[in-house]
Amino acid sequence: MAEHTATAIESAAPPPAEETPDRRRGPDGAWFRRNGVYVGLVVLVLVNLVITPHFASTGSLRLQLVQVAPIIVVSLGMAMVIGTGGIDLSVGAVMALTAAVIPLYIGYGTLGAIGAGLLAGVLAGALSGSVIARVGVQPIIATLAVMVGGRGLANIMGGQIKSIRDPGFRELGSGKLLGIPWVVLIAIVVIVAVALLMTRTTYGRQLVAIGGNARAAALAGLPVKRVLTTVYVVSALLAALAGVLLVARNQASDPTRLGQLVELTAITAVVVGGTPLTGGQVRVFGTVAGALLMQLITFTLVAHNITDSVAQMVQAVIVVLAVYATVGTRMRRRSRA
Amino acid sequence: MAEPTAAHSRAPGLTEDDAGPLLTVRGVEKSFSGVHALRGVDLTLARGSIHALVGENGAGKSTLIKVLTGVHAADAGEVRFRGQPVAFTRPADAQDAGISTVYQEINLVPLLTVAQNIYLGREPRRRGLVDTRGLNRQAAELVQRLGIEVDVRAKLGSLGLGVQQMVALARAVSIDARVVIMDEPTSSLEVREVETLFGVARTLAASGVGLLFVSHRMEELWTLCDTVTVLRDGRVVHTGPMAALDRVGLVSLMLGREASDVRAGGTTDFGDSHAHGTAPLLSVSGVQVPNRLRGVALTARPGEVVGLGGLLGSGRSETLKAIYGDLHTTAADVEIDGRRVRTGSVSRSLEAGIALLSEDRKAEGIIPDLSVRDNIALAVMPRLSRLGIISDSKVDALVEVFMRRLQIKASSPRQKVRELSGGNQQKVLIARWLATEPKVFLLDEPTRGIDVGAKREVQGLIDELAEQGLAVVLVSSEMDELVEGSDRIVVLHDGEVSGELTGDQLTSAHLLTALAGGTPSDTSTSHPSTSDTGTAAGAGRSDRG
Repeated sequence: MAEHTATAIESAAPPPAEETPDRRRGPDGAWFRRNGVYVGLVVLVLVNLVITPHFASTGSLRLQLVQVAPIIVVSLGMAMVIGTGGIDLSVGAVMALTAAVIPLYIGYGTLGAIGAGLLAGVLAGALSGSVIARVGVQPIIATLAVMVGGRGLANIMGGQIKSIRDPGFRELGSGKLLGIPWVVLIAIVVIVAVALLMTRTTYGRQLVAIGGNARAAALAGLPVKRVLTTVYVVSALLAALAGVLLVARNQASDPTRLGQLVELTAITAVVVGGTPLTGGQVRVFGTVAGALLMQLITFTLVAHNITDSVAQMVQAVIVVLAVYATVGTRMRRRSRA
Repeated sequence: MAEPTAAHSRAPGLTEDDAGPLLTVRGVEKSFSGVHALRGVDLTLARGSIHALVGENGAGKSTLIKVLTGVHAADAGEVRFRGQPVAFTRPADAQDAGISTVYQEINLVPLLTVAQNIYLGREPRRRGLVDTRGLNRQAAELVQRLGIEVDVRAKLGSLGLGVQQMVALARAVSIDARVVIMDEPTSSLEVREVETLFGVARTLAASGVGLLFVSHRMEELWTLCDTVTVLRDGRVVHTGPMAALDRVGLVSLMLGREASDVRAGGTTDFGDSHAHGTAPLLSVSGVQVPNRLRGVALTARPGEVVGLGGLLGSGRSETLKAIYGDLHTTAADVEIDGRRVRTGSVSRSLEAGIALLSEDRKAEGIIPDLSVRDNIALAVMPRLSRLGIISDSKVDALVEVFMRRLQIKASSPRQKVRELSGGNQQKVLIARWLATEPKVFLLDEPTRGIDVGAKREVQGLIDELAEQGLAVVLVSSEMDELVEGSDRIVVLHDGEVSGELTGDQLTSAHLLTALAGGTPSDTSTSHPSTSDTGTAAGAGRSDRG
């Protein structure tokens, strides 16, 4: 955490001493928004250690991480888009598109098929990015169009389930390095890469600046259109990567079902992780924790024979709480100003 | 006050039982979170009068209009409409009662026809359905009566802005408005459209409607209005017949300064004039922006602070933004050091050495959630990076230099800029632009909304920058700041350069005259005293002319 308290991007909060005294009645909305996700995660882990048998077993943990890894990858792209004040509804469709493309190019070898799948994602992202940045269409509309159209295209290209019998994909899906599944390793690499991108590069700084005040960023000569276009490309690329990981894990391509509603899961992870929907901040580790938290909630409920539907309702409550914390903070700020 | 004596005073056929003034405002006060916007405003709008409401930014015009139309509730005071005390709580109430407002930006529906817009919500019906034919006929009669040439079946959005304004007026008439408030209706109109609009306004006045007219185009006031009320700092400083005031008199009332009453220096922190080279560093000519700028030209030499004077709406900020490439121009020639800069691109202007400190610190300046450090380094990030990776040590060094040089008070460079005071935020922005190592620094209201101490520091800094050889263009609504800070003042009027003050002419008196549209040498005109900031009617003033 040391590196991200060092920059505004991970929203290094002013130490409590700087808060006006009358507002220091323990953790307030702002504190909760920043750290609630970590608290929730720790509490849930502790609870599970007590009540869920075999929770701490290697196999169980590994399964959790393998399941959440693609979600984390997608959510990080989503977090960057939301950091600019936008939203990307097309990530699920991009995953499906990638899944549809892979079987078509499997003849070119594992890497060829992966490359083609990622390229399809990049093209979809470039499409929504350009429409948003150059034409000025609202992100929700532009990515909604790509979401619907992309899913349709994926169905046309690769209708029914096709199993992938490629040793490379099998290794990627179920292989391990030093006991850690490849899928999880790749997610870790993505986390580190996005964290570095956001904290160490001009691109990351420009991205949050544009999300924080696009007009001021434009007047400061920042390449607003370029950043806005590329952020959707990055998001789509990460979604495509998640698609590759899922295809590898399933040993099959199912464009009709793959990535259904993933966009909502990703938005949830981002919001629960404390990134405001209004843009101007990207909380990388918060997003990761948000994805883990949502995964763990589902796991906990399912492990205790509570149905998936109830799990979804619990997730809904958590989303509302997270958004409430964000809104509450904003309002308090406004009244202070 | 007396009834206006203008030609169009009262229509003969008017059969109103209430004979007094249409609208009377007495002692209206309004404050927003402790800031007084209106401090006891009095105003009387007579039947058939076209009454000008003037004042600079923040004088309280908009607040007064909003109180009259039910957008805001007054904290104290009384508003009487046709003799009855009223307190509208919603704009719709005011409209139903007969007070209609025509705004600068038209609040009608562009996709509906003219007729539909005029009768929106009150369409004539036949058997429960809208009677389109009757609608069009009524509308056609109405616009013809008002002298507006328009096909009532045309979609409003397909028409020019001027016609749209007139349709808005026609709507006001059709709902039988007794008071029509026109808030800067002409600011985006062509000359011909303005004339037609005025024709309509006069027709309305002749039928007994009272019009309250807000405009920043001064010459229009004398063409159209019979009475004027001047607001300054939330107070009425003058009310009287339009004809009794001349331009200089009006401007000095608006600005609260008098040509004969010029304090000699000392209120600002500017030093003496700066030594400057002879060749212009910045040379701008022929800047055209539709409806805003009509061929503005100015130059600035190294070490020179060129003031840009003008009243609200004269095109000062637009000129700076056009030079900076932020405002789309139809024509413009900008040269730095004799080399032409391609306009229309902020990044190219920055590269060429132009920086712009925008007047709107919140909306166009700070990135509130970023740190002081990131805000300062924002525009030069690429220069502090290698292959897109930021060099923290370079950023730290730069930020440290500027925080010390400008004495930016923050708990640390990592503090969020939103938590800083206005003055310190302004310094952060100045630091951001200085980090780009500009040759030309365009400053739009650099000391607005910051405390006195910070103001002096900023003024001192402007001097210092000029001494170091920068060419500075300074826009300020504060006369002292402009007169004492500038080596030369270029005066804008309605999007054109109307005069230039140099050397001995750099006094508030000359500036006042120039702002009013006179020649710099013509300062002999007498002006109404501004010391009586009460609400004395203009009766005593008419004997002056």
